[in-house]
Amino acid sequence: MSAPPAVVELCGLSTRIGERYVHRDLELRVERGQIVGLVGGSGSGKTTLLRQILGLIRPTAGAVRVFGQDLGAAGRLEQAALLRRVGMLFQGGALFSALPVFDNIAFPLHELKCLDVEWIRRLVYLKLNMVEMESAHGGLMPAELSGGMVKRVALARALALEPELLLLDEPTAGLDPDRARSFVELLGHLQAELGLTVVMVTHDPETLAGLATHIAVLADQRIVKFGPAAEVMAGDHPFVAGFRDGEQSGLL
Amino acid sequence: MTTPPRLQLASGKVVLTGEWTLAALVPELVHLREQLAATQSGALAWDLAAVERLDSAAAVLLWRTWDERWPATLNISATCRRTLERVAAAPVSDGAPLSAPPGLIEQLGFLLLAVGEHARGLVTLYGQMLLDLLYLGRHPSQLPWKEVAANIYKAGALALPVTGLVGFLIGVTISYLSALQLRNVGADLFIINILGISIIRELGPVLVAVLVAGRSGSAMTAQIGVMRVTEEIDALSAMGISRSIRVVLPKLLALTVVMPLLVLWASAIALVGGMLSAMLQLDISLAYFIENLQRAVPVANLLIGLGKGMVFGFIVAWVACHFGLRVAPNTESLSANTTRSVVTAITLVILVDAVFAITTRGLGIPQL
Repeated sequence: MSAPPAVVELCGLSTRIGERYVHRDLELRVERGQIVGLVGGSGSGKTTLLRQILGLIRPTAGAVRVFGQDLGAAGRLEQAALLRRVGMLFQGGALFSALPVFDNIAFPLHELKCLDVEWIRRLVYLKLNMVEMESAHGGLMPAELSGGMVKRVALARALALEPELLLLDEPTAGLDPDRARSFVELLGHLQAELGLTVVMVTHDPETLAGLATHIAVLADQRIVKFGPAAEVMAGDHPFVAGFRDGEQSGLL
Repeated sequence: MTTPPRLQLASGKVVLTGEWTLAALVPELVHLREQLAATQSGALAWDLAAVERLDSAAAVLLWRTWDERWPATLNISATCRRTLERVAAAPVSDGAPLSAPPGLIEQLGFLLLAVGEHARGLVTLYGQMLLDLLYLGRHPSQLPWKEVAANIYKAGALALPVTGLVGFLIGVTISYLSALQLRNVGADLFIINILGISIIRELGPVLVAVLVAGRSGSAMTAQIGVMRVTEEIDALSAMGISRSIRVVLPKLLALTVVMPLLVLWASAIALVGGMLSAMLQLDISLAYFIENLQRAVPVANLLIGLGKGMVFGFIVAWVACHFGLRVAPNTESLSANTTRSVVTAITLVILVDAVFAITTRGLGIPQL
């Protein structure tokens, strides 16, 4: 048996939005079980990169392969099957504003069209429990939630289909430190149990230190540094150095 | 790459192997459920040691198969046990029973309450507008000229092509159909009276009001609605800028001012259409038509038409702003309120048109 394909593989990826290149010849390979922290200055195209992986933006040049398959080239059914194995937490939550919390989380499960109501109900409450929300919150509308709650419900929805690859855009921004810590713990557990692969954009040094096994630094339109967390953080790229200093002053 | 989930039943022992994850379960679900149902009778020993992965969806399936009890003998890895424990600890019921849908009388009651509520909201908005105008009268420098001008351009200038086209086609159609009838009774010349009175007094204003309600009214509701969804309205208030002066008032003023002009334009084009059709059908020359139009249609009709245009324009903007401000921050409410805004505006316009018809019945009808 040959080695399993990388969970996410970006080869020579270039993205142009309007006249401006966001990425140029970007290379990244994320193996199964890795938790990759994607860092970079604001506006360096981190979120765009996540959207590329999901196939929401087509690359100008190069290829995006998820679980070894090219999303752009896959047929409609294959695409749906692939995306079912990916969970995405959007920065603003992107909850369906017309549906209450319960239905938001149940929505992807209903779409499978083969789970019974009781099964879905249990799974939804389980996910709510996982993100430390009470069952009673299931009836609330997204507009009635606080910012941190929106984040947690969005995470519960991203986890609803038991994804193998989780893409997180600023997962702990807006959470209080306690919740951020338990979030890091939760992801750690899930990773251990399910061999989850995570690609996350984060600015929170604590999340990065507590969770990331690997760090990718995005700057100058490409990944300038990628490797095990300790190694990258010890490096001397200006951005990493700035990040490290920030972290140290934050700890003082 | 993944090994499918399998279940073997051998001599009082259930052996599970493979990947028990949602993605792997879905294709095999029917078959597996049958097998799991068969295990439900009797106390069996469960062996999950060979399960490669177990996610919470599969754990829920197993937990329900076990009737929410741990089986007497269970061979399982520590990580899988943790997943199952979490499922076992999760709350099951939401406790809140679904309320029954309201009956017919209740629905009627809700409808009446909603109508009352909207009437109150509309009156409040009207009052707020009067207060704003009073305030602006004392502080003229605060008048939002730019917004008014922008709204006049968007709702007026940009609406010229569509109102012109629709007006022209309606003029041609009415003239053509009337000509067929009038020729039968030899009353050809009355085409001028029919076209003049009907277009200037009635069709012009109502037609333009319907078009503007669909075009600009819906846009206004959606704009204010999205501003509410994205909290832009609150941002304005936070800067100390009155939302009624900056957002609502310019729309009301602009549409009230621009609608009579649109009515004039659309009526004129409709008359041109009618004139052309009459010339082709009944051999009435353009010069003769225009000369007789002045005699057949007293100027009161034009004033009534323009006055109606002003009132209709105000109604469309008033209703649009009212519903825009009531949008709740979700997509469903946005679409519902935009629909309501257009439907209510058109209904109100036609209602007010009837009132106009009755109150002005003694004006502008030529005595033959």
